[in-house]
Formats: sequence, structure tokens, C-alpha cells
Amino acid sequence: MIPANFEYHRAGSVDEALSLLDQPDVYAKVLSGGHSLIPALKLRLNQPGALVDIARIAELRYIRQDGNSIAIGSTSTHKDIANSALLAQHIAMLPEAAGLIGDPQVRNVGTIGGSIAHADPAADWPGVLLAADAEIVLRSKAGSRTLAAQDFFLGFYSTALQEGEIVTEIRVPIPAAGTKSTYQKFMQPASRFAIVGCAAVVQVSDGTCSMVRVAFNGVADACFRDVNVENALIGKAATAENIAAAAAQAAQGVSILSDHYAAEDYRKHLAVVYAKRALTVVAG
Amino acid sequence: MTYIGQSVKRVEDKRFTTGKGKYTDDIKLVGMTHAHIVRSPYAHAIIKSIDIDTALAHPGVVAIFTGKDIAAAGINGVPAGWQVNFKDGTTMKEPPHPLLVADRVKHVGDGIAVIIAEDLATARDAADLIEIDYEVLPCVTNPAEAVKAGAPQVHDNAPNNICFDWELGNPKAEVDAAIAASHHVTRLDLVNQRMAPNAIEPRSAIGHYDDSKDKFTLYTTSQNPHLTRLLMCAFVLGIPEHKVQVVAPDVGGGFGSKIFHYIEEALVIWASKQIGRPIKWTSTRSEAFLTDAHGRDHVTTAEMGFDKEGKVTALRVSTFANLGAYLSTFAPAVPTYLHGTLLQGLYTTPKIHVDVTAVFTHTNAVDAYRGAGRPEATYLLERLMDTAALEMGMDPAELRFKNFIPAFDGVTQPGYQTQVALQYDSGNYEPVLERGLEMVGYENFRKEQAEARKNGKLLGIGFSTYIEACGIAPSAVVGALGARAGLYESAQVRVQPTGKVSVFTGSHSHGQGHETTFAQVVADRLGIAMEDIDIVHGDSDSVAFGMGTYGSRSLAVGGSAIVKSIDKVLEKGAKIAAHKLEAAEEDLEYAGGRWTVKGTDKSIGFGDIALTAYVPHDYPAGLEPGLDFSSFYDPTNFTYPFGCHIAIVEVDAETGKVTLKRFIAVDDVGNVINPMIVDGQIHGGLAQGIGQAMLEGVAYDAEGQLMTGSFMDYAMPRADDLPSFEIDRKVTPCPHNPLGVKGAGEAGCIGSTPAVVNAVMDALTPFGIIKNLEMPMTPQRVWRAMHQK
Amino acid sequence: MSVKISVSINGKKYTSEVEPRQLLVYHLREALALTGSHVGCDTSSCGACTVLVDGQAVKSCTTLAAQVDGCNVITVEGLAKNGNLHPIQEGFKEEHGLQCGFCTPGMIMAAADLLQNNPDPSETEIRHALEGNFCRCTGYHNIVRSIQWAANKLKETNAAVL
Ligand SMILES: Cc1cc2nc3c(=O)[nH]c(=O)nc-3n(C[C@H](O)[C@H](O)[C@H](O)COP(=O)(O)OP(=O)(O)OC[C@H]3O[C@@H](n4cnc5c(N)ncnc54)[C@H](O)[C@@H]3O)c2cc1C
Ligand code: FES
Ligand code: FES
Repeated sequence: MIPANFEYHRAGSVDEALSLLDQPDVYAKVLSGGHSLIPALKLRLNQPGALVDIARIAELRYIRQDGNSIAIGSTSTHKDIANSALLAQHIAMLPEAAGLIGDPQVRNVGTIGGSIAHADPAADWPGVLLAADAEIVLRSKAGSRTLAAQDFFLGFYSTALQEGEIVTEIRVPIPAAGTKSTYQKFMQPASRFAIVGCAAVVQVSDGTCSMVRVAFNGVADACFRDVNVENALIGKAATAENIAAAAAQAAQGVSILSDHYAAEDYRKHLAVVYAKRALTVVAG
Repeated sequence: MTYIGQSVKRVEDKRFTTGKGKYTDDIKLVGMTHAHIVRSPYAHAIIKSIDIDTALAHPGVVAIFTGKDIAAAGINGVPAGWQVNFKDGTTMKEPPHPLLVADRVKHVGDGIAVIIAEDLATARDAADLIEIDYEVLPCVTNPAEAVKAGAPQVHDNAPNNICFDWELGNPKAEVDAAIAASHHVTRLDLVNQRMAPNAIEPRSAIGHYDDSKDKFTLYTTSQNPHLTRLLMCAFVLGIPEHKVQVVAPDVGGGFGSKIFHYIEEALVIWASKQIGRPIKWTSTRSEAFLTDAHGRDHVTTAEMGFDKEGKVTALRVSTFANLGAYLSTFAPAVPTYLHGTLLQGLYTTPKIHVDVTAVFTHTNAVDAYRGAGRPEATYLLERLMDTAALEMGMDPAELRFKNFIPAFDGVTQPGYQTQVALQYDSGNYEPVLERGLEMVGYENFRKEQAEARKNGKLLGIGFSTYIEACGIAPSAVVGALGARAGLYESAQVRVQPTGKVSVFTGSHSHGQGHETTFAQVVADRLGIAMEDIDIVHGDSDSVAFGMGTYGSRSLAVGGSAIVKSIDKVLEKGAKIAAHKLEAAEEDLEYAGGRWTVKGTDKSIGFGDIALTAYVPHDYPAGLEPGLDFSSFYDPTNFTYPFGCHIAIVEVDAETGKVTLKRFIAVDDVGNVINPMIVDGQIHGGLAQGIGQAMLEGVAYDAEGQLMTGSFMDYAMPRADDLPSFEIDRKVTPCPHNPLGVKGAGEAGCIGSTPAVVNAVMDALTPFGIIKNLEMPMTPQRVWRAMHQK
Repeated sequence: MSVKISVSINGKKYTSEVEPRQLLVYHLREALALTGSHVGCDTSSCGACTVLVDGQAVKSCTTLAAQVDGCNVITVEGLAKNGNLHPIQEGFKEEHGLQCGFCTPGMIMAAADLLQNNPDPSETEIRHALEGNFCRCTGYHNIVRSIQWAANKLKETNAAVL
């Protein structure tokens, strides 16, 4: 399996990367960890004229507190996130999800920025970032903009990224004290991508679920926040019955994927089970 | 020092752990070119035109050949190595498998053109420049569908897509009557799904024609280089065998898939002469899924009759076996002589009839995959046993004890004649099940299970007591059954003048550790150190002949051939020793590497005798110099290992996900030379058998496209899918070979599959007796099985 | 078209011109004759190609040679020192953690990554750490034992993994 040829450039800074991307008549793509892009190149599913390697741009790899948010540089690897004590302290589902991605080799090099730019419907980060209420910072030669995760993920392998734009940062708000989060994943047995991945963030105050955010990966052709589940639980006591009732609302009104390993009805059932499991972890 | 029975660490491991193994793709020849094969994207289509001009003009492309060139060269297709006749005596349909297809492709992956270039990237680039115009035709992939009227036809000369039909056992009418008269009949409709063997090393072949010597060399990932040479020279290319050297260097696993002679081998050999340079072709994993012969793929109805006490009265089996689009080397033998003949199992079933219809479909060829036919037989038998126990309200272990064939050693007691042609060599079946029950803690488990059920937890236990026929096998027998080759083995033991020993074996090691196990046998028999022995295999120029490694035959057949040659060495050595010691041969005894005159301290060492044989100054009159013997060993029977496998699973009641909690295997593979290696063989077999039950399965869609064409879709066991295995052994020696060994390569794979499936059925008994849950038992399927009522 | 790279491989510096599309595994195998890293798949699934890049296990079939410019690469050929097997290699031999040997280099490199991060892994941790590596021969049973053996040996001898 050999990719078609392309040019390779390594950028030392974001500005350099942006210039390298801006080549007339050349279809240039960003190369980060390469763990979605290179497999696609090998199968010749994608034939860019040039790759701009951003993996070693020092200014893009960090995980740090920035005011009320945690800022994650886009070339932070899954492993960086899995090992982050800062994230573990404030929003545990991020390290938890990171540890469930692929395998150690994939986690060593795959990046969060690459994953969300790729927007595979079965990938783990998109739903997690939705449930985290994260923001995505993008930069182009024209400047920088910040989008809510909700506005970044547009559909099947589709995002708000424009040509010549790169993801530079993911900003995760630090939840109020007492908020718990988890990511529960049912894996496709061969690829181990998500058939259903459920991210849940819940704040329980005095036994009542005061804040609930639930998002799914793998269920539909793109990640989505499940407001039906959320609404069914907000303001309710954190009991097993209420959790089950809320979970039963999962994946209503979305067009559900169907494939060899999970037909529509089974996937929907799994969404309910995984919503229940995730909510039980954080509110049970 | 005795080596036999010791877990001697492997001789081959130093090179493999340091990255110094030499696999085919590691070989680089001077001037070597690289081949890429253009394959059909359609299951069934007419090739209307091929345009190779642009590709041929691409810089770096050396040559391109298509099916037309192959046809013009008059090259026959690749033949089958086994012939099975229709019930009416007519020969099976044997359509040729062309090296490249010129007119009509018959499965996705069928070869159409080979591009040869200076490097692989260029060959691959050029593939994008070839234009092929197809007329796509309807296709059929399921064997039971393929025989129906109006189904798309794979070959013009095989009506209804039938390759042959076949039966074995007692007269059908007798079996029908016995089933009809049974107190209880358990019936199962089963699919033994198609499997992709997936040795981690993809296939590879390098063809090299040296015109200065008019000699061909083929380096190939083969389990049996000599058979490949025979088939390729005599049947495909018509080139003289003595002008062809076939080398199978280190081979990264086979599991059956590397037994067969593949088109790519003949292609690189033929094309290397056309271009005058060596050519390497290495399969990608995607190509492997499309073209490495698959395994299993049976659609079966099986019925077992019982009397009131639970004794089996009769077994009736009817199977559609999918052979794919072309006949691979051993394909006809697998669903017949390796499957039908095993349906006695371990039981005294008095009446058995099996009917097999072998069918062509627009899919990749199906042939032997670890176990080959025997897993299919074991699967249906053992599924029937556990299902019958549930239906009759009996304990599945008890039901088996009731039906076991009584013990026989094959020495003082005769072998056991089955209803399906075979005569078992020796067997003692109760102890393996007893030991299995003890290891699993059966009574406790049943308590635990009942307790768990109260809490909504689904625990299950499943059994499998299997037998297999290994050490394939007597040439006369297999010849009478249609094999087009003998199945003996050869071995040459060459004692060097210094007393070091080179052993040339026709067996081939691709993970089995022959360089260690065979050396243990030789060292013990000769009383010399293992370090003084070298085992040579896999090269047709150095090894006289060989039938290769499959069917768990290496030690039983190949090892026995070595023993025969050693006996000859010792016999001649004794003559020389007698001369040197001025004693009669009868007065000598051989032990610890020395011949000693009995009752004296006069003795002479093996090394001195070796030297004398090559420097025969003071030497017996009339005796030839040298100490070098070849032998061919043709066994008198198959060997029959057996065992008991027990699985414990937990089913997630909400998702249907099955977790294998424990796996117990008690196998009896006869005598054991190296327990560590035998355990390793069992472990690996278990993983593959469990993989079939839980994860693996090749699936085609209605267009004949593989839905499981990569590791992203075809689920194979990973380390965290499996528990550590709990294994033990019993030993019932083989009575008919000098080592008393039976073979251990396939046992794990044969016994384990039904044990796991039975365990899931047992776990699901709160939902009734579930009969229609197919393998692989994916969470979705298990969930559906729980919710079908 | 080509890019110039300078890489330390098993402690030795190599400077080469490579096509940008050249995968690290082919660069090692073809250009440098380091054929210990194997190719077992085309979907980055099997791990037979695993090497260490700057100390971390990486699938060299999913890495461009150009990406490792300036890096420190260790392949299976670089583990044994002065003719002595590395403790992980020894472990595989002692516990029969290999049969055909094809997956072995990748397994050993994955084990090296694990033991650097977790010198005393449990069986479950070992099995999880091998998620990215297929073995079709051993059923993993003895691979787990091999890595445990290596962990013990490293502990006893107070040695670093690399
Ligand atoms: C065997 C295997 C198993 C896997 N399992 C999982 C899994 O279980 N769950 C999961 O979520 N993922 C999984 N992945 C995918 C993995 O997480 C990838 O690393 C990730 O999806 C892509 O990140 P990357 O850094 O490798 O991106 P790359 O492959 O470098 O890039 C991916 C795409 O994003 C673009 N891109 C990259 N970075 C940026 C950026 N900063 N700004 C704009 N565009 C950018 C590229 O141009 C490309 O189109 C698996 C991958 C493999 C090979
Ligand atoms: S070759 Fe399979 S993961 Fe690299
Ligand atoms: S030892 Fe053969 S694949 Fe692992």
C-alpha cells in the first residue's frame, strides 16, 4: 500500500504552516499525527499535492489552565490528554476517552486537532467535546476565530474548517465543582472505533440533576448533543429510575447509522444502554 | 541428558527476537523488479477491453502481462490436488484457475494483469493508468442459493454450480429409519462461517530465472515447497522439475493458507523468464483477504437421534460446502474426507450418514484452514450434544459419558472401526472429560451460575469433546480417496565426519519449532548434544523431497522419517564399531553416544565412528564409506488426538456482548517431545477456534463484495479479547509410529469453537433453548437471540 | 521531489534522500536493510511494524520517513547489546512468546513502550497494552508471560528498559 506522491513541508510555526498551506494550484493538507490521513493516503482515497506537517510546532502542543477553561493545543496527542493530571482533576472524561482511542501506538501520535478536523462519525473526541461544551479555536491567514463545538461539527466527515484554516486550540470550560463527567464506549470489535460512545456531564446539587449534558458518537452520521435525554433528567432527582427514563429517550429523532456490526434498531438500543451507563456513573 | 519430554527453549528464537529472521519479503536479489497485480473489483463480469498502453509507457514500468498473454503462452490453470467423484462415479467438475483472467472474472480479486516495474511504488502508480471496461453480471455467494434453479452460473461446465456431490456412512435408508425410530431427535441448521486465515505474514513470491544455468528459483511463503514445485512444474508451467529450486525460507504462519499452490507463484516464475530479471510480488493485507484461500463455509442440517436413556442412535448430516470460484489445491478433500469421516466423534453412534454437495460461487476459493473439515465435523457434533442435553433435560457432561467409545490402546485391543471409514488408532476418552470437569470445578460452577441468574447475570458453561484425524497419512489410503500426491515424508540424516549431524526434512516449520523439536528427537536417539545438530528444511535443492507441514503431521510423519534414517545410521555405525572394537555386532549396545561391548568397558564414541566412516582406512570389508541415510516414512494410519474443551462465558444481558471468562482444555495428543511447544500450539489453536466462535467471519454482500476485507472490519482476537488458558494433558500414545506421537497443531482450533458457542447457549437458557444463533456470536446477534421471542 | 532526512537509527546517524511518500517501514526495510520491522497489514492495525520514535512505540507503516527527520529511532535490531539479548527478547524466548516470529519484533517494541511507562504491569494491563498488535500464532498467553518475565528481570537487575 503506497500513497501517490506529494510534496512534504514541515512547519516550524503556525504562521509558516498557514503560508505553506496557501499555495496556488496545490491541494495542500495539514498533517498532524497522520493516523487518519496516512491510512487514507495509502489506500489512495485522498491524493493531496502537498502535506504541511504541523506536529512539531511547539506552540501548538500544551494543556494548560487559561482562566476558567483548560486550553489544549491542537497537536496534543491522545496520550498527552490521557496523562493530563489537570484534565483528570477537572473533567475526567477527557483522559478517560483518550485512553479508549485506538491502541497505545495510535495514542502516542494521534492528535486531538487531527481527530476533530477529520470528524469521523465513529471517532471519540467529537461527542466528548460537545458534552464538554468546548470551543474550537481556528486560525487562518485572515486571523483567528472561535467556534462552539456545536457549530464546528457539521455532519458526516464535515466541519466548519475552511480551506487554509487550521485548528489551533480546544478550550474546555472548567465545570462547576461537584460536576462529574464520563465517557462510555461500545466498540466495533474489529476497528475498535465507537459503535456507540456516550459522553455525559452532570452536576448533582442536593440530589437533583441541576445540569446535564449528553452527547453521542457513532450513532448517527455525526456526533450530536442529545437534548431529549438531557431535558428528561434536568431538575430530576438522581435516581436509577429517573436515569433509566431519561436514557430511554436517547437517539430519538436522529437518523441512525446501520452497518455490518450494528443495524439501526440495535444501535439505537445501545444508545439507550450507554446513556444509562454513562449517567449512572456520573449521577447514579 | 535426555531431551525428549523437556521444554527445551527454541533454537530459532534468537534470530526471530532480534529481527534477523529471513522471510520471503526480506529477500532482495540483484536486479530485482516488483510486481503489482491488477485485480477484479467485481464478483462476476466480462472483461470487454483492457488498455495498458499508458501504463506501459509510464517511466519505470518494465512489462505488463494480461490474461491474453498467459493464454497465448498456453499456460494451464492451477489444478486441484485432490479428486472427488460424484456419487454416480463421474469425476468432479474441475474448471481451470487461470494465472490471469482474459475473459470473465469470477470473484472480487481475480487477477487480470500484472505490472512489473523497477520499484513497487511505480508498479502501483501504473495500475491507476490501466483502463478496463467491464460488463458486470449477476453473482451468487451463498452455496445453498447457488444450487437453486436460475442462480447465476460460475462456470459453463458445472451445471447448477455443483462441483460434485458425495456421501459416506451407512446406507441412507438405514439411517433414516433409525432417526425415525428414535425416542428424541435434535435437529440443528448450522452455518459454519467462512474464515480468513490471516497469517500475519502476507504471502510473497520471488521468481528468478537464471539463463546462464537455465534454472528457475522460486522463493515463496509456503508450507510445502516441494508440492508447490511439483504442481507448478508438472501441471501449470510444464517446466522440468530439476531446473526449478523452490525455497520457503522463514514463513510467518500458515494455518493452511500457505499449503496451496497459488497463481502468483507461477506468475512470477513465468514472467521472470520473459523479462530476464527477478520479480518480487508481496501481497497486501487487502489482497490477502481477497485471495488467500478461506476456510470452512458450510451450510448444514444435522440431526441426531437418541433412545430413552440418551444413547445416540443415529446421525444424519447434509451439507452444502462452498468451494468458491475455483478449486484450490486440497479444496475437494476438506468437506469430504476430512469432514465426513470424522462424524463418529467420540461416540458409539451406530448409524451415520453424511451427504455433501460441493458448490462453486462467485467468491474466493475455500480450502483447508487450521483443522480443515474436522472443526466443521466437531462443531456440528458438539453443538448437537449440548443442544440435545438441554432438550432432554440431561447434563451435557453426563450425556457424553454415556456415549463415549470405551478405551482401547490399539496394541492389545484393536483400533475402533467407525461407521465413516476410519479406524481410530488408540483412545481413552473419559479421563479427558473427567479432568476437565475437575479443573473447571463443575459442581461449584453450577451453583455459582444459579446464584448469578438470580441477580440477572448470565453465566454459561459449554463443552466439547472432540477427536481429529491427524498425521495425514497413508499414501495408499489417501490415493484411493482421490489424493493426487502421496502423503509420506522424507528425511535425510547426514552425519558429518566430525560427528555433527545435519538433518534434512521435508516437513516445513512456520512457527512450529521443528528446528528444536526435531533436534531433540535426533539428539536423544543418537545420544549427542542438540548443539551438534542442524535441522534443514524448506529448500528443494537441499531436501530430497517433502510433503510439507499441515494436518498436524510433522512430528508423526516427518519425525518418524527422521527416526527411520537414524535407525539406519545406527545400524551402519554398529558395523563400523564392531570392526573397530573387534567384537560382534550383537555384542554391542548403544547408549549415551557410544557403542560399548556389553559387559566390558571397551567402547567407541559416535564421533570416532563418524570420522572412520569418512576416513575408512581401518574399516569393515565390503562396507561403503560415509554415514548418510535417507528414508521415506509412509504411515499405516492417521493418528487420532482427542480432548475436552470447556468454556465459561458471561453474556451482558443488555448489550449481548460475550466475555470469555475461563477456558479449560485437556488434550491428548499422544507422546509429547517438547511440552512448551505443544502448549504453545494448543494456545494458538484455541485463540483461532475462539475467534471463530466470537469474532471472526468473512461476509460478502449481495454484489459479492467483501464486507470484511480489512482488519478494520474483520475482527480477530486481540490480547484483551482472551483470558489466560487453563490447559492440561493426558497421554495415550499412538500405537503405530515410532515416537508414539499424534499431533498437536490443530487440536486447539478443533475443540474450542463449539465449547464457546455451547457456553453462550447455556448462558441464554433463561431465554429458552436457542438454536438459531450463528457464529461469530457478535453482540448484535446475541442480543437478537435474546429478544426474538 | 525528494526530501533530505537525517535520522539516528539504533544509535547510528543516517542521512538520506527520500520520496515524501516513503513510509518509515519501507525506508527501514528497503533503504537500510533493517528487515526486522514487518508489514502485516494496510490499515495500521497489526503492529508488526512497531518501532520506537523518540522512545515511543509508533507504527512505522503509518509514519512517513520524512516525519522522523531529526528523531531517534530504535528498531528491534537495536535492542540486543554486545550480542546479549535484551531482557524483553530473553523473556520471549524463555516463555515461548513467539512461534512464527513475524509479529515478534512489533510485540517486543510495544512491550518496551509499556515497560518504560509501567515497570510492573498486571496481566490486564499487559493485554491492554498489546491492543495494537496482532499475533495469530500464540493466542497471546505466552506473550503475556514473556512480558512479565522481562518486567521481573528488569526489576531484579535494576535496569532501564532502554
Ligand atoms: C488503528 C487505528 C485505530 C484508531 N482508533 C480510533 C478510535 O478508537 N477512536 C478515535 O477517535 N480515533 C481512532 N483512530 C484515529 C486516530 O485517533 C487519529 O489519530 C485521529 O483521528 C486523527 O488525528 P491525527 O493527528 O492523526 O490527524 P491526521 O491524520 O494528521 O489528520 C487527519 C485530518 O485532519 C486534518 N488536520 C489534522 N490536524 C489539523 C489541524 N490542526 N487543523 C486542521 N486540519 C487538521 C488533516 O489534514 C486530515 O485531513 C484510530 C486510528 C488508527 C490508525
Ligand atoms: S503493518 Fe500493520 S500496523 Fe503497521
Ligand atoms: S508468532 Fe506468529 S504471528 Fe505472532
